[in-house]
Amino acid sequence: MAMSNRSEFFAGIRAQVPILLGVTPFGMIYGVLAISAGLPTSLAQAMSAVVFAGSSQFIATNLFATGAPFVVILLTTFVVNLRHALYSASVAPYVSALPLRWKLAVAYLLTDEAYAVAILRYRAEGSEPVAGGHRASPHYYYLGTALALWATWQASTAVGIFLGAQVPASWGLDFALPITFIALVVPALKDRPSVLSAVVAGAVALAAYGWPYKLGLMAAALAGIATGLWAELLKLEAARS
Amino acid sequence: MIALQMWLTVIAMGAVTFLTRLSFILAWGKFELPRAVRLALKYVPTAVLSAIILPELLRPGGGPLDASPFNARWVAGVVAALVAWRTRNTLLTIMTGLLVLWGWSALVHRPG
Repeated sequence: MAMSNRSEFFAGIRAQVPILLGVTPFGMIYGVLAISAGLPTSLAQAMSAVVFAGSSQFIATNLFATGAPFVVILLTTFVVNLRHALYSASVAPYVSALPLRWKLAVAYLLTDEAYAVAILRYRAEGSEPVAGGHRASPHYYYLGTALALWATWQASTAVGIFLGAQVPASWGLDFALPITFIALVVPALKDRPSVLSAVVAGAVALAAYGWPYKLGLMAAALAGIATGLWAELLKLEAARS
Repeated sequence: MIALQMWLTVIAMGAVTFLTRLSFILAWGKFELPRAVRLALKYVPTAVLSAIILPELLRPGGGPLDASPFNARWVAGVVAALVAWRTRNTLLTIMTGLLVLWGWSALVHRPG
């Protein structure tokens, strides 16, 4: 079925909606914490637009409150956001033919949530650039899903700053994020290397959950990727002999 | 910290984050990556997403491992994974997961 760029854009927004449920209270809590840490209103809001990375914004808010030095805050931001380099490598082959302004936009909007939803759309499409340009482009799907998250993050930050966090924790809305990721990842577990990579990554993440600066997540991701690669190389070897 | 210093810090944080996200997107095609690295990229989504999901289910709130039936997140996560596996329907998976979470936390309580 042919889809226009416009319908791709809206399909991307729709796919992000369940995640937005979980992101909204998170953004509100960030707003509240930033203000209580002594950040000026304008700066608390600007951080959501300039940095646009939830976990590092939370950590930076803490560091501001304790008066940590500039270099410490920057290094922490770098380490906490290291996993984004993995996302960057993962989407790179799909966007390599795009003009620079698109690449800059894709990079600026590359969050956990946008990546999780859009990478599967890119996979379905294949990495070959479409000649003639008549087919709808998955980049509009990415743009829709990433901008929906961006707008929600800015708005929920503002609500947190000006109204406070109003959503009771007992609603369990933060569960919307892992549950959406389950819906995305389970159908992608099609072969043994993928299953092994998921199992190992999950196990390492459980063991290393207490590590600071999201380093446990990074270690788990790398362990899972290495396992998947190893299983695939074994499979290729077996097929050859 | 004075306001100007705070602003500069936030702008620098934004630059660090943006450059991390841009790194491979910009460098792609500029040099030949080893075949193993290209093969490995296939496993980024499954590995990262599983690494985010499992602690959220089994170590809620950063606590110790809890795979008991009294952990509603774990129960809801397992049910959602089964629904996702059988139906491949994203919306149905999410709705089932949230309903099981709410229902289970309302009905099942840890003894004592």
